Amino acid sequence: MKTSRYLIKGGRVIDPATGIDGFMDILIEDGTIVKIEKSKAQSPKPNDTDQNLQPEVIDASEKIVTPGLIDMHVHLREPGHEYKEIIKTGCLAAAHGGFTTICCMPNTDPVNDNQSVTDYILKKAKLAGTARVYPVGAISRGLRGKSLAEYGELKAAGVVAVSDDGNPVMNAQLMRRALEYAKGFGLLVIAHCEDRNLTANGVMNEGVTATRLGLAGIPNAAETVMVARDIALCELTGAPLHIAHVSAEGSVRLIRKAKAHGLPVTAETAPHYFSLTEEAVINYDTNAKVSPPLRTAKDRDAIRKALADGTIDVIASDHAPHSSIEKDLEFDQAANGMIGLETSLPLSLQLVEMGLMSLNDLVAKMSTNPARILNLGHRGLKPGNPADLTIIDPEKKFTVDPNTFKSRSRNTPFNGWELKGKAVLTMVGGKIVFDETRE
Amino acid sequence: MEFVKKDILDMESLSVEEIQAILDTAETLKEISTRSIKKVPTLRGKSIVHFFYEASTRTKTSFEIAAKRLSADTVSISASTSSIVKGETLADTAKNLEAMNPDVIVIRHHAAGAPHMLARLVKASVINAGDGMHAHPTQALLDMMTVREKRGRLEGLRVAIIGDIAHSRVARSNIVGFIKMGAKVVLAGPPTMIPMGIEALGAHVRHHIQEAIHDADVIMVLRIQKERQQAFVFPSEREYAQCYGLTVERLAEAKEDVLIMHPGPINRGVEIASEVADGPCSVILEQVANGVAIRMALFYLLLGGRR
Repeated sequence: MKTSRYLIKGGRVIDPATGIDGFMDILIEDGTIVKIEKSKAQSPKPNDTDQNLQPEVIDASEKIVTPGLIDMHVHLREPGHEYKEIIKTGCLAAAHGGFTTICCMPNTDPVNDNQSVTDYILKKAKLAGTARVYPVGAISRGLRGKSLAEYGELKAAGVVAVSDDGNPVMNAQLMRRALEYAKGFGLLVIAHCEDRNLTANGVMNEGVTATRLGLAGIPNAAETVMVARDIALCELTGAPLHIAHVSAEGSVRLIRKAKAHGLPVTAETAPHYFSLTEEAVINYDTNAKVSPPLRTAKDRDAIRKALADGTIDVIASDHAPHSSIEKDLEFDQAANGMIGLETSLPLSLQLVEMGLMSLNDLVAKMSTNPARILNLGHRGLKPGNPADLTIIDPEKKFTVDPNTFKSRSRNTPFNGWELKGKAVLTMVGGKIVFDETRE
Repeated sequence: MEFVKKDILDMESLSVEEIQAILDTAETLKEISTRSIKKVPTLRGKSIVHFFYEASTRTKTSFEIAAKRLSADTVSISASTSSIVKGETLADTAKNLEAMNPDVIVIRHHAAGAPHMLARLVKASVINAGDGMHAHPTQALLDMMTVREKRGRLEGLRVAIIGDIAHSRVARSNIVGFIKMGAKVVLAGPPTMIPMGIEALGAHVRHHIQEAIHDADVIMVLRIQKERQQAFVFPSEREYAQCYGLTVERLAEAKEDVLIMHPGPINRGVEIASEVADGPCSVILEQVANGVAIRMALFYLLLGGRR
């Protein structure tokens, strides 16, 4: 990393962690935030004659400067499925979406249930260099739900959480032990809550649309019974539990109650659950096939409300790249998942536009809260911390065009959507990894 | 009217006028099957591909006979003898078929929406011969033809559909079709067989078979599949027959001139008693006869016979 000085000038700086919300200038030296102060009207008079020491000025006027965004739920597909995504393209997609930090799920091939896979991911991520990558290890060996993975070794190698994402842990005893055992290492357990007996052969939400289309349905209860079980196990063990991609109204109710009860439960949802409903599946659009499935308008509204009232702590994309080999198929046969790194922030900004939450809340859900939940240190905009930050142009209008994506995959149902607001500059450790401020 | 549809995919996408045109055409063409030489040259030089990913006897034979009576050339492919077993995707199969320039592709597929996908990929007309649990429009059309023939109208009739609505493409297409034509549709069966939100299609749900059939003009009985027991949909064929089977005793409570229909193949003694299936009210075999006429009409209309 080259030694550099930047002065980010005139932006509205928002950081819920430090309580900053105002027009500030941020001085960065050698990858570290040095000074944050009230923005001055004129450019500072050069008090040093040595031009080399003058910081490069980044004009952030009419823009928003936030701590680097964090997406705690991403599938990078490497090792094993490099034709869908590699760590390099995933990290580049993250940078273009405004994310400085991402967590990658363990359902690679081989599964990230051991140190060598974690090492491999971290090495590739370092080479990619456009985002910080924190791997998530497996709850069970091989994601098979039969025996615990070795959390001690995984933790030492650098995982920040464990999850069998994609393969819900059906054995309640294994889940109980995973929560207890992970607690000993300070590892967070992230649960994919779906009862596989209830999802059965379902491919979309159960209800009117599935009935019309003749597709096998997945009831809301498939998710909520598992949320209820895992909350009970959280209470039993006292171990922190993070519920991934909440999609159903009933789950929201359970999580709200668990939190009121003081349990260490946190939750995330993905932009598609507050932006779309099951009707996106009409015409058998396999890009709208996702697990858990898109629900009804009632569920979508409950998710929005849960984000607004703090029941749901985090917005994470569940970026799940698939190629046309998995998606250009009959709906029944197509794989679950959609990419999200490059649409997550613009879709989330719509919540602010709709008046459902403040920008402060949004930054909390996309940076501050995931950092706290994952226990990532030295985050936030304050002197001494690494210069991880995102500059957002809230007024920039654009049309979603998957052909411009940095991700290797194109599986998004948001193709052609007109959106307002996006990241225009991403900085990781003082290095600019994405910049379209001058476009 | 001019019939300008490219594909016949489901009953939702057919208008009342189009349905009437199909039924009228079928009635006219039905006579051909009664001649000693059952063939007209209308579709000479046209190619029709029958693509059956799923086993079928009645529907496949019906389509084949319909095409041949109109002198079209037919090719028949089944999943087990095609490149599907070599792992070819539907999209690739579609592109390859397209390259051979057929005029119509008739497809039956286990996945809902597969005919729609095919229709987007090929210039040929696509006829859905049954896709998963979604639709079976030619069955609904032949059912409507049979009822119209017997009753002279569809409007105002009460149609009861009994059995596993949830897994039935025949039920879905008949619900949509009959309601579109002004009939009232009442469904009955165990709650495990009634799909969530089916009322949104305009159907009425009853859980006792008597409530559905006592004032019905038509009783349509659906096939019960033994395999559904594994998914806990019903406990046994024995219990099903006792609680939901169309028996002589139950039929005694229905209108005297009620029409008894079944899309076949029937399970005698399970969803329908032999005496009922073979009795005076049954039009089950007339449904089969009309199936040929409906399919002839569709080929004729899609290939521009009217234009």
